[in-house]
Amino acid sequence: MMADQIMSSGFDPNSVRKTVNVEAPQNVAWQVFTEQMGTWWPLAMYKIGKANAVDAIIEPRIGGRWYERGEDGSTCDWGSVLAWEPHSRLVLSWDITADWQYDPALQTEIEVRFIAEGASRTRVELEHRRLDRYGERGDEMRTIFDKTGDWGRLLAAFAQRAAALARP
Amino acid sequence: MVNAERALDALGDRTRRRIFVRLRNRPCYAGELAQGMRVTRSAVSQHLQVLRAAGLVAVRAEGTRRLYQVDTRGIENLRRWLDGFWSETLSAFKEAAERAASKARKS
Repeated sequence: MMADQIMSSGFDPNSVRKTVNVEAPQNVAWQVFTEQMGTWWPLAMYKIGKANAVDAIIEPRIGGRWYERGEDGSTCDWGSVLAWEPHSRLVLSWDITADWQYDPALQTEIEVRFIAEGASRTRVELEHRRLDRYGERGDEMRTIFDKTGDWGRLLAAFAQRAAALARP
Repeated sequence: MVNAERALDALGDRTRRRIFVRLRNRPCYAGELAQGMRVTRSAVSQHLQVLRAAGLVAVRAEGTRRLYQVDTRGIENLRRWLDGFWSETLSAFKEAAERAASKARKS
């Protein structure tokens, strides 16, 4: 199901691109993405704070913070707003290291474009780029962001590892 | 953030896989798990520690005993991690935006 909804394209080794077609008008798609992120972002696993995360917030202006809020009221920064062009274009910095720690110097970039396709349909294109900033862990991170979903390959690697460990 | 490699590493051990499979069938006490396995009870406890650290197993106190069970959140996390960060996140966004659009149409 996922495969035909989310398409990957491009071969830039330092970026991951995804496109999703949303049955919603452009302004609704923009609002849900930017104002209601906490309602859809998979906070259970994509968060960095110690506390359970209850919301993900983008402050609606250039230079605004992008952060998670924990159930104890604590906040953890993820990045900041680099471009804010309602309802068509958003650029965020993603400053979370390969060890899932906030580092404002990291500055990988996520560009999200909202392209109206008629009155009730929007094509949303996401590019996560400058993954070269992960240095030697760039490949590892690209795999996580792009597609770790290759079960066959992953399970084969797992089976190999398991077999190696099971040997007396 | 779930560390999927840690989970896979944890399951890379045959004894831990057997423990995990048994817990998947039903929650167990540490003592029960040691029965029928050719490992000591303290070895089972150590394996349970590794599975817990990997987010695959949860424990709860029942009186003085500790009941171990599969941590479904850990399993869900692992599954999503395997699906790929942005694919998963954008799928969730798509569903939320379409829910919002259909609500707006009805009102």
